[in-house]
Formats: sequence, structure tokens, C-alpha cells
Amino acid sequence: MVVKIDKKKCISCAGCVAVCPVQALELKDKYPVCDEKCINCLSCIKFCPVAAINLVKGR
Amino acid sequence: MRIKNQYDVIVVGCGPAGSSTAKSCAEQGLDVLVLDRNLEIGTPVRCGEGISDNSVKELRLKIPSSCIAQKIYGAVAYSPSEKSVHIKFPGTKGYIIERKMFDKWLAKQSSLAGATIIAHSNVVDIIKKGDYVAGVKAEILGEQNREISSSIVVAADGVESLVLRKSGIKSEKKPLLVDSGYQYEMENIKLKHPSLIELYFGNKIAKRGYVWVFPKSKTSANVGIGIAGASERSAKAYLDEWIAKHEMFENASIIEVNGGCIPVGGLMKNMTGNGIIGIGDAVNQVNPIHGGGIAESIKASRIAGPIIASAIKKGDVSGKFLARYDREWWDKYGNKLKNVEKVREYFEKLTDDQLEDLADILSGDILVELSHGKSLAKLIQLYARFKAKGIKRKLFGK
Repeated sequence: MVVKIDKKKCISCAGCVAVCPVQALELKDKYPVCDEKCINCLSCIKFCPVAAINLVKGR
Repeated sequence: MRIKNQYDVIVVGCGPAGSSTAKSCAEQGLDVLVLDRNLEIGTPVRCGEGISDNSVKELRLKIPSSCIAQKIYGAVAYSPSEKSVHIKFPGTKGYIIERKMFDKWLAKQSSLAGATIIAHSNVVDIIKKGDYVAGVKAEILGEQNREISSSIVVAADGVESLVLRKSGIKSEKKPLLVDSGYQYEMENIKLKHPSLIELYFGNKIAKRGYVWVFPKSKTSANVGIGIAGASERSAKAYLDEWIAKHEMFENASIIEVNGGCIPVGGLMKNMTGNGIIGIGDAVNQVNPIHGGGIAESIKASRIAGPIIASAIKKGDVSGKFLARYDREWWDKYGNKLKNVEKVREYFEKLTDDQLEDLADILSGDILVELSHGKSLAKLIQLYARFKAKGIKRKLFGK
């Protein structure tokens, strides 16, 4: 499973970057990008004020 | 203007925390560079834009009128069924400011004090020398990596602080310790109280937090919400639902959308390291009840400036020396904020029924004291008495 960001919904608030416990997220060109450090803990998904983050199949 | 390869201090981020620390350092005669990744200082706004008059006075801020949208004379707190508690005072109690103007005004003050501020300059990494932070790698004015060294780096780069994360200082932002915030600036609202802020509480309205209406004129306001960062639904979903239920927004427009992470918990004992100091949202310097951080970060900057200056003058920028900042901040502000956090922890466990009860027994005065971390014992006592009366009434029909 992998974290996917819906750029249409994202407001670039960077809160997901702040709450990620393993620093897997970083803003690149205003949008968060998730790397392989992700542990699928869902912190970013629960935090996101606009529900722009989802878990999808893949890697 | 020339950007040098070496400064005494590099401040990352030019919000109130960064600007004020830069000013404080420049006033101590230090050579200061401030880098902000945004094209325009003060944007994007991630803030309800409220600041209390007490804070403004304590900080001796002479905010120009161009930065003030609306003067505020009090507040109304609403229970889930919208029973209200009015907190009204004779004088000005606070301001709703224009952060875009305010942040620029602060930046100009630090520039005039001698700091060099460069917008559109994204810091991508820190430079380390041994176990000391010794500068930053940045894309100055959007151009590729440049290395600039410094004796001390100030991490004022907000909740997601890249600088702190890269330097290994643990800034805990667990979903339970942060609020997920979302806000619209709205125009053409039928405001009931244009000179009072309104706060709406309830577990179905805003889990753990509240909905706020902060007037920016007679017809416009910041309408926002903060909820626990681990809620089932998004902040936007809660806010949209709430707005749809209120007639005052029937003909309103949304002229700005913003949101962000409000670190309402996790005050840090250790905000420093070798060659580095954290300040503002980066190190969770926020009032845990109302979520305000402007005043807290400026207060901290006034402590940081002189300590940074004496560290550089003594040639000792070790974490051990800079820890003076940790101690002084905790003595002056941290312990008080810790008490405020305890009040919040009490409030967040309340059910909607209990919140209704509180609307009956709470006075404006106690609400104000609670937001300063005081009077929790008084509230618990009052509530116990109120409940005892209720039981008596049930038992004896009085």
C-alpha cells in the first residue's frame, strides 16, 4: 500500500509533513511527496484537513 | 545587497518567529540572514489572525492600523445547542489582524534593524560540521543550491520544520497533539456581533476543538475550525457542514481558503542543539487552548536574541550553552502553557451534555482565566456543586 496525494484537493498546508512520525513526506513543488520510509500508519490521512490523502494499492 | 557566504546567524522562515528573532539578533549587533521559501512574506496565511490586546501590550508592539482588520471587544462562546456565554469588556480586548500585512511589517522592522531578508529562498538542507549545525543549503531566489555558513541556525520554519528534522531535534507532532485546521475568509456574512469573536463548541461540531468566527469587518470574517488531528472526518467536512447549518452565511462568498497544522500539545523541554535553536510553531510554542502562536513566538524571540548574541560573543554555540534558552522559556512561559494544556485535556474529555451544563455555570471571567491555565480547580468545584444540586432536585423535587 502506498500514500497518494490528490493534488486537486491539497491546499499545501504541510501538516502531513509535520505529523509524519518517520519523515517520509516532504513538500516538493508545493505538494507532499511520500518516499519508501512510509510505514502506512495513516497519521497523515487522519490529519489532512481536506481529505486529500489516500492509501492505494501499489508501491 | 549582497548575499555573503558567512553570517553569524541564519534564520530559516520569516513568519513572526523568524522576523522577531532576526530583529532581536540584529539589535544585538549580529550579522543576520533570513531565508523564506515563499514569494511573498506573509503568504500563504495559515492562521485565524487573532491576537489579544494583553499580548500586544506585553510585547510593546505598535501595530500600524494598516495591519489591523478589526478591533475586538470580547467573545461569545456557544454550547452545542448554542446557549451562549458572553465575555465582554469595556476596552479593546484584541485584534483581528491582516497577517499578510503584519508579517511584512515585522519583516520590515527586522530589515531596518539590520537583518538581511530574502524571500523565494527555499532551504533544502543543513550543513553540519562534526556534530554542529554550521549553515544551510538553499535555493536563493529560486536558483540552485548555494551553501551559506553560520555560527547558529534558527529553525523558524513552521510546523513541518525541515531544519529541525534534519538536525535531529525531536519535535513531536503526534496526530493527537496537533489540531487539523481549516478556514475560509468569507465576505457578505450577516454577523451577529462584528466586534466580538464567536466560538462554537461541541463534539459533533468540532471534535476536541472549536469553530471560530473572527470578524474582519462588519460583513466579513475568518470562519475556521480546529479539530483533533486524529478525527474520523476531515476538518473541511466538519466546517462545511457547520456553515451549511447557519443562516448568516446564506449569501456569503469564500474569498480565501487556508488550513494547516496547529501544534496544541507537545511543549518541548529541548528546543536547542549544537549551533541550532528552534522557535515558534517548529517547537510547538502555541497556546494549547486557543491555538494562538503569534504572541508566543514573539515572546520566545525576545529570549532567544540575547542568548544567541552572548553565545556568539563567547564563541560557545554548543547545545549546552544554548539550553539557557530552553530554561528561560520554560521559566517564563512553558510552565504556564503546560497548565493551559491541562485545562484543555480536561475540556476535551467533556461530553456534549457536560458542555451544555458548563454553559449554565460558566461566567466570562472564569472562561478567560481558564484560557490562561488558571481556575481549573474552581471550575471542577463549581461543576460538582451544580451536579449535586441537580441530583438533589431529582431526589427531592426542588
